[in-house]
Amino acid sequence: MPKNQNIHTIAVIGSGPIIVGQAAEFDYSGSQACLSLREEGYRVVLINSNPATIMTDDDIADKIYLEPLTLDSVSAILEKERPDALLPTLGGQTGLNLAVALDDAGVLARLHIQLLGTGLATIHQAEDRQEFKQLMETLHQPVPESLTVHDLPAALQFAQRCGYPVIVRPAFTLGGTGGGIAHNEAELKKIGQRGLELSPNTECLIEKSIAGYKEIEFEVMRDAAGTTISVCCMENLDPVGIHTGDSIVVAPNQTLDDPTFQRLRAASLQIVSALNIQGGCNVQLAQDPASDQYYIIEVNPRVSRSSALASKATGYPIAKIAAKIAVGLTLQEIQNPVTKTTFAAFEPTLDYVVAKLPRFPFDKFVTADRHLGTQMKATGEVMGIGTTLEEALLKAVQSLELDAQMQTTLLPKTTPSHAELVAALEHPTDLRLFYLFEALHQGWSLEEIQAHTQITLFFLHKLQHIWATLVGLQTGTLTAAKAVAANQLGFTAKMIAQAADTTAEVVAALLPAPVYKMVDTCAGEFASQTPYFYATAFPGENESQPLGNSILVIGSGPIRIGQGVEFDYTTVHCVQAIQTAGYHAIIVNNNPETVSTDFSISDKLYFEPLTTESVMQIIDLEQPLGVIVQFGGQTAINLTKSLVANGVKILGTSLAGINQTEDRHEFEALLAQLHINQPKGDTAMNLQEARQIAPVVGYPVMVRPSFVLGGRAMAIVHNEAELAEYVQKAIAAAPHQPILIDHDVQGMECEVDILSDGQDVFIPGIMEHLEGAGVHSGDSIAIFPPQHLTAAQQDQIIATATAIGKAVHCVGMMNVQFIVADQLYVIDVNPRASRTVPFMSKVTGYHLAKLATNLILGKTLADLQLPIGCAKAPAGVAIKAPVFSFTKLPGMATGLAPEMKSTGETIGLAATYPQAMQKALFDSYHCTLPQAGDILVCSAEPAAPLKAQLTQAGITIQVFAGTPPTAKPWAVLNLDAHQNTASPLNYYALSHQVPLFTSTATISGLLAV
Amino acid sequence: MKKYLYLQDGTHFEGIAFGADTEIAGEVVFNTSMVGYQEALTDPSYANQLLTFTYPLIGTYGIDLAQNQSTGVLAQAAMVHTLENEPGPDGLTLDAFLKQYHVPGIHSVDTRALTKHIRQSHTMQAVLLNAPLTSDFDTTYQQLFAQCKKHPQLGHSTYPAKPHAGTTPHVVMIDFGTKKAIIDSLTDFGCEVTVVPYTADLAMIKNLHPDGILLSNGPGDPADYDVLPLIQALEHLYPTAGICLGHQILALANGAKTQPMAYGHRGINHPVHAADSLHAIITSQNHGYMVDPASLTNTDLVVTALEGDDGTIEGLAHKWLPMFSVQYHPEANPGPHDALGFFTQFKQLMEKKVAAHA
Repeated sequence: MPKNQNIHTIAVIGSGPIIVGQAAEFDYSGSQACLSLREEGYRVVLINSNPATIMTDDDIADKIYLEPLTLDSVSAILEKERPDALLPTLGGQTGLNLAVALDDAGVLARLHIQLLGTGLATIHQAEDRQEFKQLMETLHQPVPESLTVHDLPAALQFAQRCGYPVIVRPAFTLGGTGGGIAHNEAELKKIGQRGLELSPNTECLIEKSIAGYKEIEFEVMRDAAGTTISVCCMENLDPVGIHTGDSIVVAPNQTLDDPTFQRLRAASLQIVSALNIQGGCNVQLAQDPASDQYYIIEVNPRVSRSSALASKATGYPIAKIAAKIAVGLTLQEIQNPVTKTTFAAFEPTLDYVVAKLPRFPFDKFVTADRHLGTQMKATGEVMGIGTTLEEALLKAVQSLELDAQMQTTLLPKTTPSHAELVAALEHPTDLRLFYLFEALHQGWSLEEIQAHTQITLFFLHKLQHIWATLVGLQTGTLTAAKAVAANQLGFTAKMIAQAADTTAEVVAALLPAPVYKMVDTCAGEFASQTPYFYATAFPGENESQPLGNSILVIGSGPIRIGQGVEFDYTTVHCVQAIQTAGYHAIIVNNNPETVSTDFSISDKLYFEPLTTESVMQIIDLEQPLGVIVQFGGQTAINLTKSLVANGVKILGTSLAGINQTEDRHEFEALLAQLHINQPKGDTAMNLQEARQIAPVVGYPVMVRPSFVLGGRAMAIVHNEAELAEYVQKAIAAAPHQPILIDHDVQGMECEVDILSDGQDVFIPGIMEHLEGAGVHSGDSIAIFPPQHLTAAQQDQIIATATAIGKAVHCVGMMNVQFIVADQLYVIDVNPRASRTVPFMSKVTGYHLAKLATNLILGKTLADLQLPIGCAKAPAGVAIKAPVFSFTKLPGMATGLAPEMKSTGETIGLAATYPQAMQKALFDSYHCTLPQAGDILVCSAEPAAPLKAQLTQAGITIQVFAGTPPTAKPWAVLNLDAHQNTASPLNYYALSHQVPLFTSTATISGLLAV
Repeated sequence: MKKYLYLQDGTHFEGIAFGADTEIAGEVVFNTSMVGYQEALTDPSYANQLLTFTYPLIGTYGIDLAQNQSTGVLAQAAMVHTLENEPGPDGLTLDAFLKQYHVPGIHSVDTRALTKHIRQSHTMQAVLLNAPLTSDFDTTYQQLFAQCKKHPQLGHSTYPAKPHAGTTPHVVMIDFGTKKAIIDSLTDFGCEVTVVPYTADLAMIKNLHPDGILLSNGPGDPADYDVLPLIQALEHLYPTAGICLGHQILALANGAKTQPMAYGHRGINHPVHAADSLHAIITSQNHGYMVDPASLTNTDLVVTALEGDDGTIEGLAHKWLPMFSVQYHPEANPGPHDALGFFTQFKQLMEKKVAAHA
């Protein structure tokens, strides 16, 4: 079928700021789809409010709107652009909901905008519980029986009829709180009652439980001609009951025999055909391990996190193909971009195994409930590729950047009691993989483990194989044969050394170099040129030939709090600049959700753990001209020292320069030498030292560990009584590293990114933070250009940043953070691209990461026609505002503090400061600027200055008395020092979609707009 | 114990033995399917072939004897990257299964390298040994092959139709080494099936009063089977269909030619579309020969279906006789059930004739 010639301009809606459950995968799918549409000759208009994305780059679409994703805002853009069509299935649930809203509001009909791909009726049919149930009945596809109830007798009656166990899902509670599985009448009475009480409208869904079934997913593609294929089948190691985004997932399916597999595949294809999907669709199924019975769990009629994973697992670019289907092309006419000799109408086949592990934020959100259930909690994920499941799984473990000890020993950090272990297996948390190893360590039989976890024995056999190998290494002397055998199962030299009580160097000498195999969609059946490789320690043919004239770029790994999609953005830009400069660019990364791990981005992609061992193996093979570490966040910076020790040439700022900014003492010396103020501070190695230092630097003090990300375990301590708790946390976060104790200076926080060629410094602009230094810069509202700084203050910031850049001989870029108080203080320097790079690049028009890459490659500022000093700010104002995922993570602390909490960011761009702020608030705090007559519900009487400000603005203050307010307030302000999502005021706000603020500074700043 | 694989062109691979400790010879091929190892190993079309699995983990769900596609393991050997020892529903592992059927295996082989080699150098002869090769390849091959050459056991029995709405036509299947799933599919669709060996004579078949004739799949070169007069007679008497080798033999019987392929189609992900359609289905395939498109010129055959990637002929029909055939395996096992329409079509073909007779 030829492509649609009646349309010329296609609008695409992005997924907006990153939240738990809707992350970088939509930047990947969105940017691939936009490029795919442009490849077919269409003009693409893109709307997304998330500046930290590749999809909002100049060369992804013909026209880009960094505007709020609200009905009004998007309607106005469509009104202006008059696209012929809208493609709604690429922007996650946000994009889909907006398309529905536009249709409901009649905007699409009025502007004669045609919807491409899967239609809205289909989307409704797939997403509406009742309609979906009916469709499944028509198709004779089984779904678990369920009933919506408003009282307990109805629940009991249902359970009696359909049989126990049943799942209780209370309606509209935060993150599904209050739900649970009832195995008998007594339990249902208890859980059902609780669920009904917690639900704001006394409503629960009672569903026949299929917990413990195997959870299987199919990624299906279908075109307008009706050709329907399964791109990938994935099997969750965790049985039904844990959200697939939080599950350990392997591809392809491992434990289904052909009849079972074909039955589930046929069911998936039948549903996708009946829904008349045109594009990609995800089907989730549950398979009874003991019979042929299966159930359909749900259908997602759009590209998703699973489709991103399937794309990276198979090499088959689902989003790219889905976009082509949307404009009328059929799978049979679309070339397979991997082989370039075959077509998209086939089913990829793998000759390797993929394991995906979720990355959770609980290392930072220590108070959040770590239990896994039907509400997704992970912020990111990693993928390991190997030729055995053991190898794939251990590579994924190595990629987690979670905890070096756990990643090496595979055991939890503290030994659980029997009861704790049973609880950890029956009610799994993010650490379940390590608890499974603990059970093996404690000598549990696989049958016992299975009885507590319902995990299919095949997977437990694999874990047992790993564990037995580890025990084998611990016993007797280490032979080369033992080391090699363990290595082939994915054990790193470091793990082997730890187990055998020797050094990694000794082990490394015993191990042959790994070989690299290609991911080609077809298991070698056809010749492919895909530059997408993974390592295996299994001996055989190495397929990766060194590129020569290459530069290796270290990616940023899984998305986590403090290291998000912005580093994928900088990595991709770095690669593009390297290529433009005439070198081959090689990427190493392990995050399947990202643009940087699309094989078409670089000259070669190594999908590998970001460890010294894995990276050095690649360097040994490729012999690149150098390695760039400035764009992969702290992950890449942390590798610098060991790479240099291995003789690797780091391009850009030298290790010495990096150390000058990262090492506390060197940094102090540097600032002292440059006569730059720094909040008074010192380092302690233990609590005793901390107790002596704190009064000397003066309370309040900021306590934080060195060499960690995003303000992890960082806190402001007001007195000695609080000190012990936070010092212990800091020690736990970074054992054997010094703890930094600084006087907490009250003032305005500012930051700059600087670009330097080692001689001179260019500064694209100064960002001013609405909140003070006590709030992590990633959680602050950032304003550009500054609205409250005097010219003299700005000059001093520029001069100071320039002096630091010159002194450390920065080559490439750095980020410098300041406090403007009685005088100017420097609080932090990051010797790398920072979180603000995409924002500032988009706002100023300077492609900072690309320019920095050119500087790293030897260009001067003059070569790049960059001025020395600060650039002139463009007209208008830009605001970057944080986005939180509190509703997804019950129990997490909510108060803004030095430890970062936001998961994403949004941008507000406008001619004036108030307009820009208003736009930024739409997709961040989801509110308007406060107006006279608004109500603000506070946890306590606000302090006098804020109270005066509120009164003057005509805003009514209500002090929360424990019961929900009668009228819907503009927002909630919780000022309690210790608060979390379960605090009554916050619970009210989060479950009633009332904006939640926790910093006086934010409210005060907004009132002053 | 080590195991040694030698290819005709001198390439060799070392691995670890599993299954039976015998030595064998045959043709080395690869299958790209990620499930269905048991169905493949018991598929008579793999007779005399050393079967390489491109998916690295084989044995992950054990063996369920009910899924056997014939009376034994017809493949000469299983060659895998990693042998998994998971038991099936009755406790049987792949390793034990192969031992039981006296079929050797080799694991810990870089099967991707082997596959790429076959792709580049094409299907060739190979021997699988317990010790390094000492004499010349050809002698060893011929000696071993003479000892271990396998002939699918051909059926001669009747299978009643399973309950099914509509007619109950009687299908006589000409057995070249059929998969059990073809018989199961026919009976599932309400056909009564009598299986006869391809050596059966016309009179005997006529005596069975068939409503239709189905030519089964089977191993080897279709030109090696001396059956064309029988087939030519049958297709003029009865509605006739063919699957895989049966398709190739029908082509030969109607004057077309077949030819060997470079490395065949062996997998369950092959797209097939009707000659004039953009709608493709995904099919299970296992063939090393194909119908030569050029040879159709002066025949009464028309191409009805093509493979999506290389355009191989996947379906033929006779211009005026009630005859059609497919190169792929509509009965699946292993593989997708996308092509079950074949059996409906065959049944309709027989019903039309039944109606005409009545």
